[in-house]
Amino acid sequence: MARMKFLCDADRCIECNACVTACKNEHEVPWGINRRRVITLNDGRPGERSVSMACMHCTDAPCAAVCPVDCFYTTADAVVLHSKELCIGCGYCFYACPFGAPQYPNVGNFGSRGKMDKCTYCAGGPAPDNSEAEFAAYGRNRLAEGKLPLCAEMCSTKSLLAGDGEIIAQIYRTRVLQRGYGTSAWGWQTAYRETIAI
Amino acid sequence: MGRIGAFLRLGLTLCALVLIATPAPAQHGRDVPPSAATGAPSGANPTAQAVTEEQLFREMRKLEGRVTIPDSKAAILQQPQGRDYRAFHEGVLPWIGGIVVLGMLVALIAFYLYRGRITLEGVEETGVKITRFNAFERFTHWMTAVSFIVLALTGLNYVFGKRLLFPLLGPDAFASWSQWAKYAHNAFAWPFMIGLALMIVMWIKDNLPQRGDGTWLRQFGGFMSGRHPPAGRFNAGQKLIFWAVALGGLALAGSGLVMLFPFTTFDINGMQIAQYVHGIAGMLLTAVIIAHIYIGTLGMEGAYNAMGTGEVDLGWAKTHHSLWVSSQQRRAERGTPLGRRAGAQMGR
Repeated sequence: MARMKFLCDADRCIECNACVTACKNEHEVPWGINRRRVITLNDGRPGERSVSMACMHCTDAPCAAVCPVDCFYTTADAVVLHSKELCIGCGYCFYACPFGAPQYPNVGNFGSRGKMDKCTYCAGGPAPDNSEAEFAAYGRNRLAEGKLPLCAEMCSTKSLLAGDGEIIAQIYRTRVLQRGYGTSAWGWQTAYRETIAI
Repeated sequence: MGRIGAFLRLGLTLCALVLIATPAPAQHGRDVPPSAATGAPSGANPTAQAVTEEQLFREMRKLEGRVTIPDSKAAILQQPQGRDYRAFHEGVLPWIGGIVVLGMLVALIAFYLYRGRITLEGVEETGVKITRFNAFERFTHWMTAVSFIVLALTGLNYVFGKRLLFPLLGPDAFASWSQWAKYAHNAFAWPFMIGLALMIVMWIKDNLPQRGDGTWLRQFGGFMSGRHPPAGRFNAGQKLIFWAVALGGLALAGSGLVMLFPFTTFDINGMQIAQYVHGIAGMLLTAVIIAHIYIGTLGMEGAYNAMGTGEVDLGWAKTHHSLWVSSQQRRAERGTPLGRRAGAQMGR
């Protein structure tokens, strides 16, 4: 069975935000919620690098561990999803997530956040695959159609890779060897407890 | 026509010269690695100046960059403190809560089995009443008390609900209950904070440490011996309760307000610390209040009346709060009424 992961090659990312736009458009993500975002380090200085960050779908996901209503589940592809029916909007998953993936619509009084929303690896949610209900709550389910996440598909430089962990690690390894440099797979140690040996 | 034609020919010639002068693109089968080629035009090594993840973890507490999104939380690339938060919330806090709350229950049960209910044995019931708490004090106490019970139960649900209630209710019912528990927790926080402020203002004067308090504590209030060390309006045990509620309540209120308006005062690390403070203070104060409820209801005969009706038997009061009764009687002689039904009788 495939173990789905994301890998953003920081040396190739040109901060074009195609991944951000693709995700926002495909899932009709509400205003104010940023499932995927591009973060630039050392902006304007030598050694500037950009990284595209969304949910990493961690092994032993901390968001799932701290949820007081246990609304998270992991699919057979190791994609971490949650149920908006059960979510109470307490905000604990955001405190625990190392990557800041959970987002809240921020409606209501006194910090009641609404239902948490995050990157679904284009795998929808607990509602039936490719149904209206699933699209309204979670967005498009591409994985059920045998497709990979749209952010990686739309990446203009193929810096953002998505797919089985072994395969994308091999792609990245080959790249680094061929070009002679690479600042490593950002977030892999934190999310998957492994690095890519080159 | 001839002049235009001359210009056209000149232009074409120049274009041809430029095209010939341009070097032909390298026709290789695949890209040449920089190490084998002459390197980047500037001579710089593209990797040498790039930051690596390990380097940033060493230099910064959390990795942040620049984003085009107005929400500053989106600029966080990685915050390792989330790992500590998870370990605390799932590993440490349930143990603290379990030990402190269950431990208090076990201790109270053991005390009750050993000592039983502290009755009025040896105390003469005079039938004369003295006012212990007036209506406003009682109202404040009960408003705060009821709020605290709701807050404690809904607060414990955040930590223990999924462990204890979820298996009984199932996911949908438990999630609905938790949703309403969250609303109740946010709502009852306000009367609790108001009541807390009022209680501190009303009773801080009578809860300052005094001479007899050390003796009272050393004798454990006479709970085991049957003797009654003298006490003022509040004995040392009650003063401990007051300060636990005042300081613990302020810690809960402060951290709670931070969480009621998230990310307005603090960033994510501050919010995590607010969670730590709120969780620990809440568990500890819940244990203390369980003991307070015990002694005020089951634990001691005659105690409930103080907060229930506001009037206690004079004999009971003389036994347990002798110094307070003396000062109240001195005030009565100067004209302040002692109790609702007692005023007419005191003159005889």
